[in-house]
Amino acid sequence: MAPVSEVLSSKGLALKKRRRKMTRAEKREARWGLFFLTPWIIGFLAFYFLPMIASFVFSLYEFNPAVPDQARFIGFDNWQRALMVDKEVRLSFIRTLHFAAISLPIGLSFALFIAILMNSKHVLGKNVYRTLFYMPTMIPLVATVLIWNGVLNEQTGWINIFIERLTGIQATGTQGIRWLANPQLVYYAYTMFGLWAVGNAMIIFLAGLQGVPTELYEAAEIDGAGWLRKLRNITLPLITPVIFYQLVLGVIGSLQYFLAPFVLNQGTGFPEGKTRFYMVYFYKQSFSFFNMGYGATLAWLMFIFALLLTVVLFGTAKYWVYYASEER
Amino acid sequence: MAAPTARVTGFTLPNRIRSGSNNIILTSLAVAVLIIFLIPMVYGIVTSLKTSSQFSKIGAPWWPASEDKITYEGKEYDIYRVPIEGELRDLALYKPGRQSSEMLDPQNLEAGPFTWEGQWRQLERAWVADPQWGNYVQAWTAISFETLLRNTVLYAVITTFGAVLSASLVAYGFARFRIPGKNILFMLMLSTVILPGAVTLIPTYFVFLRLGWVGTWLPLIVPAFFSWGTNVFLLRQFFMSIPRDLDEAAMIDGASPIRIFRSVILPMSTPALTAVALFHFFWAWNDFFGPLIYLAGNPDKYPITVGLTAFNTLYSQSTNLIQSASLISAVLPIIVFFMAQRVFMQGVVITGVEK
Repeated sequence: MAPVSEVLSSKGLALKKRRRKMTRAEKREARWGLFFLTPWIIGFLAFYFLPMIASFVFSLYEFNPAVPDQARFIGFDNWQRALMVDKEVRLSFIRTLHFAAISLPIGLSFALFIAILMNSKHVLGKNVYRTLFYMPTMIPLVATVLIWNGVLNEQTGWINIFIERLTGIQATGTQGIRWLANPQLVYYAYTMFGLWAVGNAMIIFLAGLQGVPTELYEAAEIDGAGWLRKLRNITLPLITPVIFYQLVLGVIGSLQYFLAPFVLNQGTGFPEGKTRFYMVYFYKQSFSFFNMGYGATLAWLMFIFALLLTVVLFGTAKYWVYYASEER
Repeated sequence: MAAPTARVTGFTLPNRIRSGSNNIILTSLAVAVLIIFLIPMVYGIVTSLKTSSQFSKIGAPWWPASEDKITYEGKEYDIYRVPIEGELRDLALYKPGRQSSEMLDPQNLEAGPFTWEGQWRQLERAWVADPQWGNYVQAWTAISFETLLRNTVLYAVITTFGAVLSASLVAYGFARFRIPGKNILFMLMLSTVILPGAVTLIPTYFVFLRLGWVGTWLPLIVPAFFSWGTNVFLLRQFFMSIPRDLDEAAMIDGASPIRIFRSVILPMSTPALTAVALFHFFWAWNDFFGPLIYLAGNPDKYPITVGLTAFNTLYSQSTNLIQSASLISAVLPIIVFFMAQRVFMQGVVITGVEK
């Protein structure tokens, strides 16, 4: 295996830097440490570092794995195609961001709302509810999507039947609310499935809420602050680091959103291409058409998008994220 | 409440009432949200027990039911809800007529048919609960669930073993040894956690294809043995909380690092190891994209997720069977979750907050 030699050379490099200063015992310790890190170093090189570089090299080729001999070096043609010619790249990226702009705020607010409820001293029997709120997170996502596909069915789904019974508006049938077929509604429908996986976000928010010092609330109560004020001026500012953490992971996760559209429409983008998200388009190019050179280009572009978005988010952090340690 | 002084009651009573009413309001809010939240689950269960014909029938109830019938003198008669003297009674239609029909009372068959004045076509059918447990059997066989389950369990168990083993070794390295450039390596490892998987996918796929591994489980299993960032991170945090005195004592006794790892670190880390194992197990149980790509066209190797998707495409008209199959796939994770809920409720906290 090639990576082994890579490991040895990188180990050599790392040691060379400080060779003068290291005593024999230190060297021994470092060697043992590297021994334990070996699985990760091999894994990093074999499954992250080298493939990333190879992916970039692939992006300069026209390449189909069925006929690898016919691979053709085409320079930056794939990149030009992705950035200038192929409108679907831009469209699918915008769709992904559009969906994220709907699903992330709703999903995070819902998780925070549940966490605040589960943290309130006024809610009795919290442990039971907390377990039940977490439970759907354990259901395999494919099953979640299929269950919700039924609930949102325009004819027989309960959501439309409830709406019809409650409001009298005709919600079922072809004239009714077509959650998954109406381009205006489909992102909201997809957002609803997402709420079922609220468990982990809820737990992380709960931990954040429990970390807020109670003295602050007591002091605010003496000053006569109501719950809304306490929420706005104490709770929310103090858990901004948790919100930030969830937001970063959420944005990166959204870029790779794939399962629900694939399970529901096999990546056709139904309705009106609205669900052909970036990852779906990447899958189509790479594993349906086997345009792997172009696929590698799309993957690298996704990586660059993800990096840019993360940098932008970190850039905004200093304006709204509160870090207690900075103040001290 | 008579004994305390006026001053004390003056302070506590309103507070207690306020707090009591807050309890009622917020608890009912939580319960209401929870009920709405879990309604799809109820929908899934109820729907999975219906007959396929119930969906298309007008006036069918929301619960699994079929139209009620009785047998009288060897023939079957449909039961309708008939308004008689201001109340609805369930009667069997014996001999339909345009303006009046002959009816039977199922409670009192000996009395024989009697005449009812009215148009039977305007009557509603009577429904009787009729859960189709057979749907589960049908879904189980149609999806060849045994194969899917065996594949998923094997895949989850093997990769969990690999993930826990490799992550604990690496975490030990990061937690206990002074290695030049360790911080940079650690940052690199954390950055792989948020690296979109697609970036490395195509060359990796190509290499696995050339090795002849595509269509087997190897591309899914082998990488799990080379440690993933999140697992390492969680375990490192835990290992760092184990007092160093213990390793040092063992070291003085001449134990090698491997020995210390096996006899000191691992036995003390059972909670963290269990958490990582469970999280990885369910990650694997849920994994979709990897199996979809590497096992395409090999249905006998599919795990549940991919099998369920294929089933949904084939049986898209059988809403009830799709719901049964989905619920079958959720049973095991839910049982394990209820048995080990503490691990889930705490383990995520360790992973989540520190980062």
